[in-house]
Amino acid sequence: MAHAADTHHTDGAHDGHDADHKPPFFARWFFSTNHKDIGTLYLLFAIMAGLVGGALSGLIRWELMEPGIQVFSDTGLLAQMGLFKGKHGYNAVVTAHALIMIFFMVMPAMIGGFGNWFVPIMIGAPDMAFPRMNNISFWLLIAAWILLCLSMFVDGGPGHGFGGGWTIYPPLSTIGHKGPAMDLAILSLHLAGASSILGAINFITTIFNMRAPGMTLHRMPLFAWSVLITAFLLLLSLPVLAGAITMLLTDRNFGTHFFDPAAGGDPVMFQHLFWFFGHPEVYILILPGFGIISHIVSTFSKKPVFGYLAMAYAMVAIGFVGFVVWAHHMYTVGMSINLRAYFVAATMIIAVPTGVKIFSWIATMWGGSISFKTPMLWAIGFIFLFTVGGVTGVVLSNAGIDYSLHDTYYVVAHFHYVLSLGAVFAIFAGFYYWFEKMFGIKYNEFLGAAHFWVMFVGVNLVFFPQHFLGLQGMPRRYIDYPEAFTKWNYVSSVGYMITVVGVGIFLLMLLEAVIRRRKGEANPWGEGATTLEWTLSSPPPFHQFSEPPVIKEDSH
Amino acid sequence: MKAQFSGIRRVLTGASALAASVVFAGHALAEDLMGQPTPGAIDLQPAASELKHHAIWFHNIILLPIITAITLLVLGLLIWIAVRYNKKANPVPAKFSHNTTIEIIWTLVPVLILMVIAIFSFRLLFHYNDMPKPYMTVKATGYQWYWGYEYPDQKVSEIVSLPLTKEQADAKKVPYLLAADNAMVVPVNQVVRVQVTGADVIHAFALPAFGLKIDAIPGRLNETWFKAEKTGVFYGQCSELCGVDHANMPIEIQVVTQAQFDAWVASKTAPPAPAAAPAAPADAGAAAAAATPASAPAAAPASVPAAAPAAPAA
Repeated sequence: MAHAADTHHTDGAHDGHDADHKPPFFARWFFSTNHKDIGTLYLLFAIMAGLVGGALSGLIRWELMEPGIQVFSDTGLLAQMGLFKGKHGYNAVVTAHALIMIFFMVMPAMIGGFGNWFVPIMIGAPDMAFPRMNNISFWLLIAAWILLCLSMFVDGGPGHGFGGGWTIYPPLSTIGHKGPAMDLAILSLHLAGASSILGAINFITTIFNMRAPGMTLHRMPLFAWSVLITAFLLLLSLPVLAGAITMLLTDRNFGTHFFDPAAGGDPVMFQHLFWFFGHPEVYILILPGFGIISHIVSTFSKKPVFGYLAMAYAMVAIGFVGFVVWAHHMYTVGMSINLRAYFVAATMIIAVPTGVKIFSWIATMWGGSISFKTPMLWAIGFIFLFTVGGVTGVVLSNAGIDYSLHDTYYVVAHFHYVLSLGAVFAIFAGFYYWFEKMFGIKYNEFLGAAHFWVMFVGVNLVFFPQHFLGLQGMPRRYIDYPEAFTKWNYVSSVGYMITVVGVGIFLLMLLEAVIRRRKGEANPWGEGATTLEWTLSSPPPFHQFSEPPVIKEDSH
Repeated sequence: MKAQFSGIRRVLTGASALAASVVFAGHALAEDLMGQPTPGAIDLQPAASELKHHAIWFHNIILLPIITAITLLVLGLLIWIAVRYNKKANPVPAKFSHNTTIEIIWTLVPVLILMVIAIFSFRLLFHYNDMPKPYMTVKATGYQWYWGYEYPDQKVSEIVSLPLTKEQADAKKVPYLLAADNAMVVPVNQVVRVQVTGADVIHAFALPAFGLKIDAIPGRLNETWFKAEKTGVFYGQCSELCGVDHANMPIEIQVVTQAQFDAWVASKTAPPAPAAAPAAPADAGAAAAAATPASAPAAAPASVPAAAPAAPAA
């Protein structure tokens, strides 16, 4: 993946007198067409959304700390403040937590943030193919966010907000929530989807047309590969979601009966459509993380990525197979035995390319000269935690076991291990890896490492005991539970408190870096960092590569 | 084939006993309560039906040792790398980036492992699917937010099964959120077919001790089955988000002897019971109150007043 790039004469800092000419503040940040500025906007937005989504999960863990209904009681603090009243309020919080974390935190951070920032640079392009479309992608997301926030505070039917889960299954999302909150949530998803589709088109066009001379697809860094595959997944899956939620909208408002069995519709049809989007979506959330981890592991081991082509095509395979396994979310809906058997087999197959990736990361480190800087800590944490989440995924792929575990906390633990501890760890890894490059200032190693260790302990304490709850049969999305589940719920909530301390250290790290303003170097990581972003200054010039670098060889 | 399978099974059971005992260290399986979650337990609920026995075996003997071994392998490799290949221990990095042999190995070995898992997985799946000739059928209907049980074979019309309040559950010394006022009553050692549907939104009928979970979907009649091995009370909970009181929609199954079951049926179908015809959900409260005195031989004292959840609007 390393490139011998002839870039000294094209480094934007020396290139043309107006390369670093920045527009005035308002024009720069509100009308931005610069991929790096838009990337920064996405990252700031994702941090904000992550804090909101994390606060909502705090309400969930606070409520579940002990049996009974405390936080979301009809007379509790929240109800007095007029927020998330009662049991419906709890459901609305669970729903909002999921939607925010998926659509407004992980996707904007990975694709909008790191993708925008580094895909053009890594392929030696001056910007994205469609800079103004890039701008509308971002602002559509803001509009989607506003709609989702509005949805939380208007009538949903049983109370304020929509409380039917992020899976929005009808009839609960039709006759079960008659108020406008669900309509606003649907429109929010429409806009977020449109934003992502435009972004996907932009990335595909950029990667296919704007690579520097000599930057063949098979020399392209794995992060660019991962974003390319993610963009295809977005492009193919989001229209299906858009169709499904449009049908939901017309069922709700215009008298159609797509999902109403009383008039010949089928609620299970919605589930098929939803998961045809929903399963690729979970790979959309994790694939860019795979790319980030490959870069970090290689950089800090001072070794090229092991099995570059296998790594790239493992992601292609995961993306492809990810489209044909959707109904493993639906083993209990009453599908025919042949269908269930097929989805068991197809789902298990995904473990093979995933295993290739895990072992290739380990082989990349093997024989290396590893320095355990903060990004590397997050990357190694990712590899281990993603393995834990991956193997419980193999357990859940078996329909026979899924009858005992479906919709229990085992599933909650599984997908938080791959997403909360997988995708989020990858985001933090990337954030520390590129922090100096993006912002031109250094972060504090001690605070970064402290953030990692506190968060590592915290999130494991949150989610590992949830496996036990699920095995014992505790259903998910429950506001209250039988007393037998008290112990591990309590431990899980204590883990949340530790995680909050970790997030506090993260914010402290940001504050410290901004106050101290230690000047960043072009390449703080040394010989292991070989991709094109490290040939530019930190931060990179406002416009880079106005004359493309020439890639002469690859070293993998 | 069957004998061969059980042979493999015995060998694997023995081989995995150690691994399993390590995983379950400090927690004896035998202590688990039957038919309900055990405080602090970390394993699957104990089985009270053949299907769940198979599922537990598959999980504890096949899946858990495999996934534990894989996780420990990855952890071990990462620790070894941290010790052996940190920059102090290994100042000069190697430069290799390919090794076809090892890549083939780590592609094929997982395939083989998955094939082994798949053999047992499909066996279990088809076992679930191959319902023996049922002795009787119970139709379970999910409502917002309670269950109704109807016995077409015995001509017992729908019995409404309402959740208990915390006070009621404590007074009866039954677990809150698990116990209901009227249980589904079935005979022991008989194949019971459960047909499941939803009246308003999607619910899910689940009973961990029998390894059951099937969605209750409006407009669709889903089917599952169990054969309870022992008498007693078994609890489950609604397992598909169904709205405000999703967490308070308990499923209680009372498994009784054949004689007790026959007596129970007789009490439900006895001629002088004009009030015991709870057909419309809107009459849920009254119907449940009427049904209570005669129902549930093992538990459910007559004094329980019917809790009155919001009856469905439509």
